[in-house]
Amino acid sequence: MKRYSFLELAKNAFSAHQNWGRQWRSPEPKAEYDVVIVGAGGHGLATAYYLAKEHGIRNVAVIEKGWLGGGNTGRNTTIVRSNYLWEESAGLYNHAIGLWQNLSQELNYNVMYSARGVMMLAHTVHDVQVSQRHIHANRLAGVQNEWLTPEEAKEYCPPLNISKNIRYPVMGAALQRVGGTARHDAVAWGYARGADALGVDIIQNCAVTGIRRGLNGGVEGVETVKGFIKAKKIGVVAAGHTSVVMDMAGLRLPLESFPLQALVSEPVKPAFPCVVMSNTIHAYISQSDKGELVIGAGTDQFVSYSQAGGIHITNHTIDAICELFPHFRRMRMLRNWGGIVDTTPDRSPILSKTAVRGLYVNCGWGTGGFKATPGSGHVFAHTIAKDEPHPINAPFTIDRFRTGRLIDEAAAAAVAH
Amino acid sequence: MLLIYCPYCDVERAETEFSCRGEAHIARPADPSQATDEDWVEYLYMRTNAKGVAAERWRHIHGCGRFFNAVRDTVSDRFLKIYKTGEPKPDLDAIAKEAGK
Repeated sequence: MKRYSFLELAKNAFSAHQNWGRQWRSPEPKAEYDVVIVGAGGHGLATAYYLAKEHGIRNVAVIEKGWLGGGNTGRNTTIVRSNYLWEESAGLYNHAIGLWQNLSQELNYNVMYSARGVMMLAHTVHDVQVSQRHIHANRLAGVQNEWLTPEEAKEYCPPLNISKNIRYPVMGAALQRVGGTARHDAVAWGYARGADALGVDIIQNCAVTGIRRGLNGGVEGVETVKGFIKAKKIGVVAAGHTSVVMDMAGLRLPLESFPLQALVSEPVKPAFPCVVMSNTIHAYISQSDKGELVIGAGTDQFVSYSQAGGIHITNHTIDAICELFPHFRRMRMLRNWGGIVDTTPDRSPILSKTAVRGLYVNCGWGTGGFKATPGSGHVFAHTIAKDEPHPINAPFTIDRFRTGRLIDEAAAAAVAH
Repeated sequence: MLLIYCPYCDVERAETEFSCRGEAHIARPADPSQATDEDWVEYLYMRTNAKGVAAERWRHIHGCGRFFNAVRDTVSDRFLKIYKTGEPKPDLDAIAKEAGK
């Protein structure tokens, strides 16, 4: 792997940046791998990277139906935060926050992590009470989060309208300063480049069509459009299509897939300093380094794989944005799109072994998986390598739906469900 | 936004009048005291989450308020059949075939 550095940059300037070379190979699949990861999104690529880097398992393939990072990794609103309610979640998301701090250096790839602060607004007395409960729970669990009055919130985010005359006036806000944004594509690309350099094969345009199980019930490999690939272990990280892939192995999961939408405006000069979210009136917004306002809308109410949501869902979000930030009213929106998110009944992910020997699943991130990408890959790699969960993801089993030890984060998810 | 036909009101209305209540034809364990943990997991949490033709429950919440069932293609979001609660589950494969899926 060519290490990126200032010296390299200067050197390549002399050849007009035409000779940088490819960041990863495009290999044909080998006949057999120790581990096959299904899905080359951020979580899948991170899993492969940590398998190779921390566990020395380098005979790994990441198989992707489309192109890498082309699913929810490339469709999310790039927000990073860890202020979830329960201690189990604090462990998982804070683990990711820890890895985000140093990720650009770790991968030698600028993921543009920017801790600009995530502010969650409260608009009702109930919101205020829930937010403060959240803040107290967070601080007990070692998660940074603090309460702001409306005036302090406006000071932190000057465009915010704290007038008492709007339909849902701002009554305060919870601010996580370590939260912020990162460049979503760069996260996928950085992990892909890092994993490839360690010997991982990333095989794109190769849909998995079946999971073959042996006489003893354990996995033998995956059927793909490029033929059968033998595998000792299979990790499924297929986001919205997890139910479809796991059905190939005869397993049912507590998942439902919904379209989640986002949109961006025309690019403008820096006008918005942080990330603002509101669960109650359903809006979240930030500004990318390119200048576009990045806006997240909600999910449709029905199961769908259409990767396009209803227009009334985005309208609803835009209504809220226009009221909270009146000076954006005349902004034009350039693009909107949908991704398919797999949600669990308790809105917490599943990172778990399954009833099938050698088959592991990382799914159920719902509307907020991007923020956890490094932590998710890190603990899932451990789960696959050791055939037992890392202490951090031990509570996030499928079995929790049988034992009743749910991790109920419905109130802490980015969007109302 | 979807246009949805309510079989009770006999009208087609905008999706915002309706509430989707998930997969249809999931029967509550007949004798709860005999149901195992696995039965409860299956009843409460496990879902087919089909990519393709699926039966689901809808409620005309801002109309008559009644539940009905619908067969819908979850890829195109097109409704293929709408029927009243209590009517038997239709043959999804046959509907899929008819719709050319």
